[in-house]
Amino acid sequence: MIEIEDLGKVFGSRWVLRGLNLRVEKGTTLTILGPNGSGKTTLLKVLATLLKPSKGRLAIGGRDSKDGAEVRRLLGFVGHEALLYEDLTALENLRFYARMYDVPAAEARIKTLAREMDVVPYLGEKVRTLSHGLKKRVSIARALLHDPPVMLLDEPETALDQKATGILFETLERFVGQRTVVMTTHNLERGLKMADRVIILSQGKIAFEGTKPFDPATFPETYFRCTGAPL
Amino acid sequence: MRKALVIIWKDILAEARAKDLLTSFLLYALLAMLIFYFALNPEIVDDAAAGVLWVAFTFAGMLGLSRSFFLEKERGGIDGLMLCPVEREYVFLGKVGSGFLFMFVAELLIMPVFSIFMNLPIFMPRLVLVAFLATIGFVSLGTLFAAMAANTRAQELMLPLLFLPTAVPLIIAAVQCSAAVLTGAPWGDMLSWLQMIVAFDAIFFVLALFAFPYILES
Repeated sequence: MIEIEDLGKVFGSRWVLRGLNLRVEKGTTLTILGPNGSGKTTLLKVLATLLKPSKGRLAIGGRDSKDGAEVRRLLGFVGHEALLYEDLTALENLRFYARMYDVPAAEARIKTLAREMDVVPYLGEKVRTLSHGLKKRVSIARALLHDPPVMLLDEPETALDQKATGILFETLERFVGQRTVVMTTHNLERGLKMADRVIILSQGKIAFEGTKPFDPATFPETYFRCTGAPL
Repeated sequence: MRKALVIIWKDILAEARAKDLLTSFLLYALLAMLIFYFALNPEIVDDAAAGVLWVAFTFAGMLGLSRSFFLEKERGGIDGLMLCPVEREYVFLGKVGSGFLFMFVAELLIMPVFSIFMNLPIFMPRLVLVAFLATIGFVSLGTLFAAMAANTRAQELMLPLLFLPTAVPLIIAAVQCSAAVLTGAPWGDMLSWLQMIVAFDAIFFVLALFAFPYILES
């Protein structure tokens, strides 16, 4: 479903991603771990077509990433930020994105997702007034509006407390379904629980690659060996 | 094209709530005119009127464009737009459309105040035409540079540095056209300057349209 060949990304003279080769099968979840600055967010942004790769090839759903709009139709993205307009209400944000994605029967779809994300009472509230946890749930609804087959989750737990993180991951696990998921996280327990496969990035390169089952007890040691940093 | 209209509608809705761009544009332009009115020698105020008007429009316009992209970047709104299955050119059209709308409406609101300050007729259709045409080029170029500046740390400094040297021909032409209107000169006297504005609009609209996707993705 997602194929990456010799992918590289350079900012100025610094290569942030270096010669990555990766294949994520349809319906599986890949968790990407790594210390800050290892290239996780850049990789997710390249996968989301927010950044162009400096070299190599990326294909999603059999389409080259250069296909732009057609590739983006396959993607749902939940990042550090909610990607919502603060001065609009949650409902207006969802309506806006539904129009941008040509979502059929948009109002019904918005209502369904709002109910499932448990944000119905807050639809009329300006996003600016919502808590981080609520924003994140509205953001997940936004990402799922067009029912994308691929979900990209970039540290979705950022800025959330432990309780909100728990709710968030439970919500994500419920809605992942048969989708292909690529996720970066600092939450080892949740990351391993959701993953079919894990990679550890260090200085823009894949330092470790493994498939489930994972042992959460020994994983921190593996992580330290690969990155030189504690988890 | 429908997607560009959806973006314009979203910007109008956000502006109606926040009243951020129009307020800052209007306040800045009015203050600039007020300062010039008191700072300039009364004998030369009439001669400098067109210049005063366009200095106010230019700096207030840059402030508005910079603010517009800051708000778009706030909480990753620009990433949200870039994730949509829409060619980047339509994002540009949407942002230019809303930027033009806000700036032109603000200019229309400022013109009567300017006329009162300068003791000129309240309604000057030819001045409205000049402002309409010049604002197209202004916003096209400004949107491109605002997107570029928004990715830098000193965005308030970068936008004028990038924008002003490039927009000089447009501003000169707009001032010359406006001066002709204010002195009651015939159409023929302002035609060559009007043609220059239209040429600038066409060239920089097309250039910015094609450059915008690269700026967003770099």
